[in-house]
Amino acid sequence: MNVHYIFPFLVVCVMFLISYFLSEAATGFKYLFGVVIPYLAILTFVAGVTYRMMNWAKSAVPFRIPTTAGQQKSLPWIKPNQFDNPSSKFGVLVRMLLEILVFRSLFRNTKFRMSEDAQSSYEMEKWLWLGALVFHWAFLVTLVRHLRFFTEPVPQALMLLESLDGFMQVMLPGLMLSGVALLAAATYLFLRRIFLPQVKYISLSSDYFPLFLIIGIAASGILMRYVPDLKIDVTAAKELSMGLVTLRPTIPEGVDGIFFVHVFMVSALLAYFPFSKLMHLGGIFLSPTRNTTTNTREARHVNPWNYPVKVHTYDEYEDDFREKMIEAGLPVEKE
Amino acid sequence: MGLAEILEQHKGAIVNKWFQTVIETYPQDTARFLKNRKDQFANPVGSTTLRGLQGLFDSLFTDLNREQIIGYLDPIIRIRAVQDFTPSQALAFIFELKTILRKRINQALDDKNARRACDQLESRIDIIGLIAFDIYMQCRETIFSLRTNDEHRKTLQTFKRAKLIVEDSDVQPNLKSVT
Amino acid sequence: MSDLLTPEEMKANLDYHTPHSGWMNTPVNIRKGMYCYASNPKSVETLGLPNARKWNPMEEDWELPENWQQILHEGFKERLERFRSIKVFMDICVRCGACSDKCHFFIGTGDPKNMPVLRAELLRSVYRNDFTRFGKIFGKLAGARPMTANVLKEWWYYLFQCTECRRCSLFCPYGIDTAEITIFGRELLNLLGLNIDWIATPVANCYRTGNHLGIQPHAYKDMLDFFVDDIEDITGLRLEPNFNKKGADILFITPSGDVFADPGTYTCMGYMMLFHYLKEKYGLDVTWSTYASEGGNFGFFTAHEVMKRLNAKMYAEAKRLGVKWILGGECGHMWRVIHQYMDTMNGPADFLEEPVSPITGTKFENAKSTKMVHITEFTADLIKHNKLELDPSRNDHLKVTFHDSCNPSRGMGMFEEPRYVIKNVCNHFYDMPRNTIKEQTFCCGSGSGLNAGEDMELRMMGGLPRANAVRHVHEKHGVNILANVCAVDRAALPALMEYWVPEVDVTGTTELVANALLMPGEKKRTTDLRSEPLPGMEEEADE
Repeated sequence: MNVHYIFPFLVVCVMFLISYFLSEAATGFKYLFGVVIPYLAILTFVAGVTYRMMNWAKSAVPFRIPTTAGQQKSLPWIKPNQFDNPSSKFGVLVRMLLEILVFRSLFRNTKFRMSEDAQSSYEMEKWLWLGALVFHWAFLVTLVRHLRFFTEPVPQALMLLESLDGFMQVMLPGLMLSGVALLAAATYLFLRRIFLPQVKYISLSSDYFPLFLIIGIAASGILMRYVPDLKIDVTAAKELSMGLVTLRPTIPEGVDGIFFVHVFMVSALLAYFPFSKLMHLGGIFLSPTRNTTTNTREARHVNPWNYPVKVHTYDEYEDDFREKMIEAGLPVEKE
Repeated sequence: MGLAEILEQHKGAIVNKWFQTVIETYPQDTARFLKNRKDQFANPVGSTTLRGLQGLFDSLFTDLNREQIIGYLDPIIRIRAVQDFTPSQALAFIFELKTILRKRINQALDDKNARRACDQLESRIDIIGLIAFDIYMQCRETIFSLRTNDEHRKTLQTFKRAKLIVEDSDVQPNLKSVT
Repeated sequence: MSDLLTPEEMKANLDYHTPHSGWMNTPVNIRKGMYCYASNPKSVETLGLPNARKWNPMEEDWELPENWQQILHEGFKERLERFRSIKVFMDICVRCGACSDKCHFFIGTGDPKNMPVLRAELLRSVYRNDFTRFGKIFGKLAGARPMTANVLKEWWYYLFQCTECRRCSLFCPYGIDTAEITIFGRELLNLLGLNIDWIATPVANCYRTGNHLGIQPHAYKDMLDFFVDDIEDITGLRLEPNFNKKGADILFITPSGDVFADPGTYTCMGYMMLFHYLKEKYGLDVTWSTYASEGGNFGFFTAHEVMKRLNAKMYAEAKRLGVKWILGGECGHMWRVIHQYMDTMNGPADFLEEPVSPITGTKFENAKSTKMVHITEFTADLIKHNKLELDPSRNDHLKVTFHDSCNPSRGMGMFEEPRYVIKNVCNHFYDMPRNTIKEQTFCCGSGSGLNAGEDMELRMMGGLPRANAVRHVHEKHGVNILANVCAVDRAALPALMEYWVPEVDVTGTTELVANALLMPGEKKRTTDLRSEPLPGMEEEADE
């Protein structure tokens, strides 16, 4: 038993129970979970994320310290690796895009294999990379897909995305690939933390908590979509969300229990976001080992707090050793 | 079925178990890495250990050739001699093979011949253990000599500098021969 | 018989297995062979750094100032504003574990606290406690813990088990760089006078005499004169190196290790021979300096300010001598400092010219602002333009592999230049496996000031992944020499090889160049720079 995952698990369970039963119990609570908490959460999220980003940006970048992961640009006949060792701003842009969109650094994880005939080969340690990639992309698609609840009329592009995401519907009506992928990937990331001793050893409550929340969000979302008894009235849900967006909040008929669990957990995630490691979303943009150009000898970087320091000058040095220098035939400034 | 055949049959399982006991001398979190990371360059400790144990196990059934045993044993001991182990901890794994073997061939032990063979096998393991002592000591001696050489070099440098300050150095120590 | 313990019970009593406990509750166990001696108070004083006193890591009392927690807290706070890297790295780690098995010290020691993520967590836990709301409220549950004497000892022990090699940073999806965290952590430790002597004393020496070893100017010249004699024995040519020469074309700076310790000394002879060749053939005037006689910078392993103080000599001397630009010798961390810090700290070097090779006319665009060129870039350019007459067969007795040093790899990206040079001066070159070279190179295990004698076990374990890959090419291709472009490598790898792969020797790249260099007017060479007979010359050398 490990308090690091038991505790967040219990917290998420309690959150589930409270939001489910209270919202079933009285309309006042529906208002709390459907309007008050979401508004507070969004406020916290926006204010918190802004504050954190400003706070990071406020700190100086005294030196350019990119991690160089490929051949430098030096002599004209040596081909530089523009994206793993970007000497130009464009190169940095591509590097950042590769990091953010396809997790370039995680992808670098190769392992060496020696086959029977002593031929060596390399293979990727792909599971973490793949799991993380599926997780983040599924999250993004799910998020974008949910914009249909906040727009009227729903833009064409969203409809297209949704039909793409739902191409499996031929077999399973209403099944959205992204939701299932999100749940699966989050579960994988959780199991990984439990079953790989190295990762388990380093994991903290703050690693499990968001995972449980996201699993809870995905699960509640899927439940109210597919389980007949829990199915909610989508039109009513949209009425509520549009009410939030247009600042005319209402609690329509036809949404209950599981819907409020979903909304509550999303709110919790939003509110928790700025205080947690989830800020890696913003942090990666500010990571000096990735977002700086590597032409550090070509273009001077200025340190805003550079200050003069005490040095041992040549004159002091010569004063220390003048006689010996003269005797050894070394040139001196003052005979 | 003779003892050799039984062991040949269970070779994979025995070596695995043996490997497991070695790996368990490391912290739990590390053990999994050592066991599962198959890349010989990303995980030299695990892969070297496994290769050595396989070789050692095979050598139990051949003519015990000291050179050959050293070939298998040295890489493992060389690693354990610098890691966070006391000498007994570093070498215990060799003798643990006895326990593993005994469990495997428990039934066969009733047979008198098998028991004699088993005794022989255990003596062979003891011989491997004795060779391991030699290797371990040699490794430690190398470490100590590397360490003192380093001290020696530093001292000599200081000495040289001191001499230069006095400025009477007709004979300069030949630094090249020191390292 | 029944009163005897079973083997299992007995083993359990002997405590072969490490008890499992969370890392925060596992107290640090400072072990002999794994740490370097504490800094000598005299050296700390020379630089005017705080809390100079005699102390011993093995003793309970580290003689800290009374308000040490406050000093650390203030120091931490100040640096969070000064270094965005630290602030971001403290916040955004998701503990995915991608870095965990990438560290040579973890691979070699198996100590979980050597996983880069955990090394950083040692500091993050205190950061959370001191600077985040969640940490203050939830304490251990949020991964926070207060700074105690035990935590401090843990910091010291593990921050000096990191060589700042940046291998972990390569695999981190957010680019979190443990080197940066170690540099920062050591800077904090130095506020309490908690340095190691192998760093503190070279730093003090360098400040006073211009180089880590404390070689005085006349002794520096003596050593080079000694090499002049050696070179004369080998080539029949009498070299005349310039010292502190005003108006020379180029100032050359290399680590003092090359002047004083084998096998770096052969690399040093190599530089001298190359410069002699260029002087004779093309009239290039290169000068050495006794004042800026250290390329390396152990200040980098102490604190940013100390790094700047030591580094200042390079530009100051270039300015005083009025050279056009600076050429830098083979060294790892020296080049990290030059490439990513020097211009920012002590520039702009507007008194120097943008570097152009007077021999080939090549403009070193990539060094336009810093005005310092790496000897391997310089030599590669010469070879490309056929400006060096070479006989690679003189290196035929060598089967060479190349160890990419951490800093020129992950702090510069210099991969092809040294390989190009080596392949042109040697006929037998074999690279090690891909995931152990170039940007994925494994550290020598002794970088960042850890190449002392007393921490030999640590060095051997840290160097195991490197040695293991060397062993592979030794067994597969018969490799017998390990080339590199780093003075710390040349000091540290011989011991590593002696323990793990005794058949393999260590060399600098320029030594190989000088072996192959056909110098005008030289006698028929029968030996290489180490006075070992050249292939086919064994008998003549014996005469």
